[in-house]
This record gives sequence, C-alpha cells and structure tokens, in this order.
Amino acid sequence: MSNSLMKIEKVKAYYMLKDRYVKAVDNISFEINENEVIGVVGESGCGKSTLSNVLMMNIIKPLALIDGKILFKTNGSYKEISSLSREEVRKDFWGKKMALIPQAAMNALMPTIKIEKYVEHLADAHNIPKDKFLKKAKERFEKVDLDPKWLKRFPFELSGGMKQRAVIAIATLLDPDLLIADEPTSALDVVNQKMFLKILMEMKKQGIVKSIIFVTHDIATIRQIADRMLVMYAGKIMEISPIDKIVEKPLNPYTQGLLNSVLTPEPEIKKRGITTIPGAPPNLIDPPKGCRFHPRCPHAMDICKEKEPELKEVEPGRKVACFLYSEERS
Amino acid sequence: MSRLIVKNLSKTFLLGFFSKRKVEAVKNISFEVKENEIVSLVGESGSGKSTTAKMILRLIAPTSGEIIFEGKDIWKDLNTKNEIISFRKNLHAVFQDPFASYNPFYPVERTLWQVLKLLDKNISKKEGLNLIKESLFKVGLDPKDILGKYPHQISGGQKQRIMIARCWLLKPSFIIADEPTSMIDASSRGGIIKLLTKLRDEQGTSIMFITHDLGLAYYVSDRIFVMKNGEIVEQGTPDEVVLNPQHKYTKQLIESIPKLYEKMEDI
Repeated sequence: MSNSLMKIEKVKAYYMLKDRYVKAVDNISFEINENEVIGVVGESGCGKSTLSNVLMMNIIKPLALIDGKILFKTNGSYKEISSLSREEVRKDFWGKKMALIPQAAMNALMPTIKIEKYVEHLADAHNIPKDKFLKKAKERFEKVDLDPKWLKRFPFELSGGMKQRAVIAIATLLDPDLLIADEPTSALDVVNQKMFLKILMEMKKQGIVKSIIFVTHDIATIRQIADRMLVMYAGKIMEISPIDKIVEKPLNPYTQGLLNSVLTPEPEIKKRGITTIPGAPPNLIDPPKGCRFHPRCPHAMDICKEKEPELKEVEPGRKVACFLYSEERS
Repeated sequence: MSRLIVKNLSKTFLLGFFSKRKVEAVKNISFEVKENEIVSLVGESGSGKSTTAKMILRLIAPTSGEIIFEGKDIWKDLNTKNEIISFRKNLHAVFQDPFASYNPFYPVERTLWQVLKLLDKNISKKEGLNLIKESLFKVGLDPKDILGKYPHQISGGQKQRIMIARCWLLKPSFIIADEPTSMIDASSRGGIIKLLTKLRDEQGTSIMFITHDLGLAYYVSDRIFVMKNGEIVEQGTPDEVVLNPQHKYTKQLIESIPKLYEKMEDI
C-alpha cells in the first residue's frame, strides 16, 4: 500500500463552449501523500482553481471531465471517485473526506443569516444531531481563536480575518482527510495572513486534517508551510518538487521566472534583482503547440515548438516537464 | 536641496450629520524629499498614507500644516490658473487602478494627446505622433500594438506602462506612485518598477511610492517612512527599517511578512 492519499492519473478537464474547448486542466498526473502540504502556484488563468474543483469532483457544466482517473484512499483501499457522479461524491466524500475553501469564501457568506446556521446546514446534510454538532463547532471556534459567541452573529459583524477563521473552522468540522484551500489568504493583511497560516498548520498537527492543498499565487506564503510545490502553467504541470529544492534551484524556466519576480523585503532579493517574464499566458482554447511556455521561454529550442515535454523525474522526488532536462533535446 | 517639504501636516475629517465625530487621518507629520530621491510611504489601509498623498497632489486641503513644493506652498502660493497648471505639470501621479485611469470610449493614446495639448496647444499632428511613439518606445511598448486600441483590448501591465509613457512626455520633477503594481500580475511587476527607476536615473525625477507592500518599498527606495494611525512611526534607509526595526508596529509587520529565503519559526 503506498502512502498516497489521492492519486490523479492523466486527468483532462475542459470547459465546453459551443464548438470549442477551454483546456484548463490538460493531462495532469500527480499524487497527494498523507500528511503533506502541497502548494499550487501559477499566474492567473493557469487552471489552479479548476484543478481544485476537479479534485473535489465538483464538476458542473460547462466544465467536464474528459479523461483520466482520480483515486481517493478510504478505509485502506482506493476508491475511484472519478467514476462516481457529483451527487454521489458529495454525499460520501464532501466534508467528511475532503473539503474545499473556495476563493473568496469569506465574502460569500450570506449577510442575513447567522454563522451558526451554516453549522446547522452541515448537520442537516449529514444527519447529525444539531445540538451535539453546535457544541463541537463551539470547541473548534475556540481552537481558531474565535469567541464562540460569534456563532450567534451575522457575517458582516466579523472582520475579514475573523470571517476567514470562521470559514476554516466550519469547513473542517467533520475532520476531512484532505483540505483544499483556494487563495485563502490573498484578501487578508499580513498580520491576519500569518495567523491563518498558524491555525492551518495547527489543524494539521492535531490531525484534524491530514493533507492540505494550498492554491495561491504567492510563493513566499507557500514557502512557509508547504512540503512540495506544484507549478502550473496553461493547464499543465511544469514542475513538482520539494519546496526547499525549488527555492534553492528552480529547474523549469517558468519556475525560475516566477521565483525571480518574487518581491519580499530581504537583502537576497535586492542583490539578485527582480525580473519579468515577457508576454502573457496563452489562450487555453488554442494553446501553443509543443511546450506551452515556449513563446515566453528564454531557453526555447526547436524541439520545444514541436513536441510537448513530459513530466519526468530528474532527481529523486523532483519532476520537471522541460526538454532542458531530457535526453530528447538534440 | 529638498524638492518637497512637508511640515506639521494634519488632516481631520468631520463625520456625521447631527452628532459630529472627528477622525484624525493624518497627525502632524513632517518629512522632506530631495531631488533624485525615491521614498516610500508604507502603511496598512487606514494608516493615512493615501490622505497624505492626496494633500500633496492638491486634491484635498489639509487642516493644518504646510506643503512646500519647489519653494512654493502649494495651498497658499498658487493663485493663478497658470501657476496651478505648471504645478500639475511638475507633480504628477500614477495611480493604482490602470483600468480606472482610461475612458473606455476613446482609444488609449488619447490620454497621451491630452498631455501634449497641455504642453503646447498648437502642436501639429505629425510632431505629436512622433513624440507619442518615442514615449511608447521608452516604456518598452511597440506603438503598433497600442495606437488605435481601446482600453479593454490591452492588458493591465500595458495600461500602466502607458501611464508611465505620459510621465516621459510631461517630464515632471516629482511623481507620486500610489500602489502602481498592486493590480498587475507579479510576472510583469518588475518591468513597471524598472521604468519608474529609469525615470529617476535619466531625468532626476523624485518619486514617492505609496504602498502597503514593504517588499516593494525595500527594493526601490532610498528612504522609507512607516505610517500607522496617521503618524510616521519609523523612518530610515531600507536596511535600517527592514533589518533593524525599532518601533513595535514595524517589528510586528516585518515579522508577519512571509519571506522566500527564510522560514518563520513560529508556524
């Protein structure tokens, strides 16, 4: 038995328009290990948020799962959730096995219903007695540094940082194995960001959640919490590696470009300067042939325009999709 | 010599209709900006940094204090229309939202024509077009990609570059850049910063960045002012402020910013 919690095998998920596809997630394979935090980064429009919906099997038209398998480990064996309907996955997996904090979740709280209503809805959906569940919610609120009295309040009475903490407390009430958080910190100021990250890691330490997928465009945040980093570009995985190794020596030219545009108050950054990646990400209806990054890549070779590089292991634990690290280059 | 001197500047807003409430947005701040200098005013939302910028831009009047730009008090010594126009030519702004800086009904180069008309009312079409093309080249844009396009047809980074092209035409001596990079993708941020520092290097322009991003301030500035609740709580060179902060607030702020090469110990 391998120790991966989830296996994603050659998954393709496209948005279907009238006569065209938007290839937002195109032939992606990776595994999520137990007890690990994976940071997913990429520019806007690279398929990060689509990937988090696909992992949840939250597939609503026009998004469609075209090909591939998604396996999730429950009770010691793998269940192919990609063969189930959205409704079945929702009933058996959502909340209990996997939970998603969508982008801007804290701003989607209905202003006219009290926070505790969300807890009651969750109890209803899973046939759990409400009193018992509310008690659990109160305990969890204390864990995320929120006074349980806020359960009786309306969302607009809470500050941004408090709302985000309330969201994570409710999302993890059923102790899911996998938590997917899509840009959970980007709307918060740095002090609240740090507090949120602390809470997230504390939940992992206490075993409330086992593995975390953290989707963001902020590499410095991922650096603080992730074990591995997954770099996406135009619907493809460009590189997946342990975070320390990526920061020390990024391999894919796209990863290099991303890291070189990070601007944090550190002397190292001032010394090396910041650079830009020329051009803009491609349209995913008709992505470039070959490597999708080749029109913007400073190292593009002839083969990059013709063939698509495969995601290959180049060092133990490091996978890169780039011909610079492949024997096929000549 | 100091190009801009701010002395004991304060702004108090009165809120409410019947029961008046006072909000002290800026409390008695003083600082100077020299020629050829890049400074940053750093603070969180509500710290008073934008109010300060608006007062220097002569958009809202201060409650008390003086703002002296190139030897003249901008709220007392500018009386005629010509004086104000000349002030606006010399002190220019680049704002946060490149989408809001353009009128969607006109091609983007209109914003450059307006600048040319401000400089010389009788400029010929041909001469103007040449100047516009030259300024676009300066900011790394190909005029072919820009001329005749409408704002929705070009990217945010390109729009922000055109705003800087405006600065090349106008050649102001002082630029206030209010969060110029916060709405554009990180991958094109470096280019915008380089363009602004190039203006300083080639024309001796003084630049004041208004930002919440201490990473940006640390990277570009000669001096940093940290604002909190309307006061400047700390100032110094970037290395002094970031590597050896003295004030409690600055310390907390720097501790909370995630770094690339250093892991937080308490997470």
